[in-house]
Amino acid sequence: MNTIALGLDRARYETRVYFRQGDTIFFTFLFPIVMLTIFSVAFSGLGNVGTNPDGSGGISQAASYLPAMIAAGILLSGVQNLAVDIAMERGDGTLKRLGGTPLPVVSYFIGKLGQVLVTSIAQIALLILIARFAFNVELPTDAGRWLTFAWVYLLGIMTSAVLGIALSRIPRTGKSATAVIIPIVLVLQFISGVYLQFSLLPAWLQNVASAFPLKWMAQGMRAVFLPSNFDAVEQGGTWNLPGVAIALGIWLVVGLVAARFTFRWIRKDS
Amino acid sequence: MTSSDPVVSVRDLRKTYGNSTALDGVSFDIQRGETFALLGPNGAGKSTTIEILEGYRDRSGGEASVLGVDPAVGGLAWKARLGIVLQSTGESGNVTVREQLTHFAKMYPNPRDVDEVIASVGLVEKAGARIKSLSGGQRRRVDVALGIVGRPELLFLDEPTTGFDPEARRQFWELIDSLKREGTTILLTTHYLDEAAHLGDRAGIIADGRLIDIGRIDELGGAAARVPVVRWSVNGVAHEERTATPGAVVARLGEPDNLQVIRPSLEDIYLELVGAHA
Repeated sequence: MNTIALGLDRARYETRVYFRQGDTIFFTFLFPIVMLTIFSVAFSGLGNVGTNPDGSGGISQAASYLPAMIAAGILLSGVQNLAVDIAMERGDGTLKRLGGTPLPVVSYFIGKLGQVLVTSIAQIALLILIARFAFNVELPTDAGRWLTFAWVYLLGIMTSAVLGIALSRIPRTGKSATAVIIPIVLVLQFISGVYLQFSLLPAWLQNVASAFPLKWMAQGMRAVFLPSNFDAVEQGGTWNLPGVAIALGIWLVVGLVAARFTFRWIRKDS
Repeated sequence: MTSSDPVVSVRDLRKTYGNSTALDGVSFDIQRGETFALLGPNGAGKSTTIEILEGYRDRSGGEASVLGVDPAVGGLAWKARLGIVLQSTGESGNVTVREQLTHFAKMYPNPRDVDEVIASVGLVEKAGARIKSLSGGQRRRVDVALGIVGRPELLFLDEPTTGFDPEARRQFWELIDSLKREGTTILLTTHYLDEAAHLGDRAGIIADGRLIDIGRIDELGGAAARVPVVRWSVNGVAHEERTATPGAVVARLGEPDNLQVIRPSLEDIYLELVGAHA
């Protein structure tokens, strides 16, 4: 088989293994869905978000959290999933075994990216379905917004995936992988407007978050799912989609280079 | 390379980690179709040697050639000709035996039939079971199956039967015998000297990073190490005599108590060699 065909076969294999692991299903796949449900129900008593001065209008809590949870899902499916998964594969000998076979590294990467793509599309489809049918969130109807959705999603998921591969080098052992990776991902979610409304954070924290990709993914998803006049509370009073594209593009290149140059089948001694 | 060139050739192989020396000048050849056993105590350098030849570690000095290629720079086409059974297993194992073998078979240009491989390692009944549900010995057989599914020219077996019960070990030996009949060259490390004696054509003994003996299994230690020992006792006092003519000694002794003639086993010779070195 050639490199691409082997990569696709690995994507099938990896996806099958992914859905057989109870802990990744909960902490990566279902987590944003659980959080959307909790926030939507828990904060429903607070009324709508972004209401007019007389209390009318605005959007429901579920509608306001949907773009945030989609962005979180992209981050988890890419960064958390792959960084933990690959670190554990390095720890348990899977990578050493693969390194002794004629499997090309590129096929291995294609397999991981394929697994990320399949699982994250399923995750986001489930998020959108639950938002629409359980919480009655109105979805965008014009094609332009869905086009924005498509490119923000694809750019976001690819960036997250390559950053996940790069970050998998950090944990020293497979056992420490979740302890090292999850705090990084969790802090990013708190400062990037996933759990807390971004416009309520102090400006300096917003600026810190702007150095990382999650803030831009969340902002891009807000541009897709929130009413267009909500851009008033964004930094600079605009969705700044070109900024989203540039920031994610830079992180994609950084992640690709880091993944390409740091990935090894084993920690080779010298 | 021609068919008469050695499959593995190692000259003055050295490996140092900081100040400590793991390998201190090891040299040997393995011919095509031969099974070569590397013996030695834990930490002597067996696994370091095999991992350098597999391409997992870089050597600090000396020459190494595996299938005509320097293992430090071996590419994918080179790896396709190798089968590697590592010392430790321990994958997550959330796939079935058949799924795993089917997937690995696709990586090789000319793989064996997956069902034949499953049968040859005695896992037909477990083919549909998740690997993590298997016993340690069964998982080890999966490792061996993954090592041979690519139809390797050279098979590395690093302590392949650790944790096997005696019956599983016998079955494993039969499998290796059949691979040998097909012409597979094998490099084996093992702690079991009966295994080395059964499977190996030649063996090398490593202690403290040096090769202290090498040769046909039945010639290891030289003639002196194989001199039989006659043991007997007189009035409860044990006597023993090492002699090349045990028959003459026995004839001289007549009918003493506890008469025994002992030919040193490979284990005796091995322990003597390693003990003399230490």
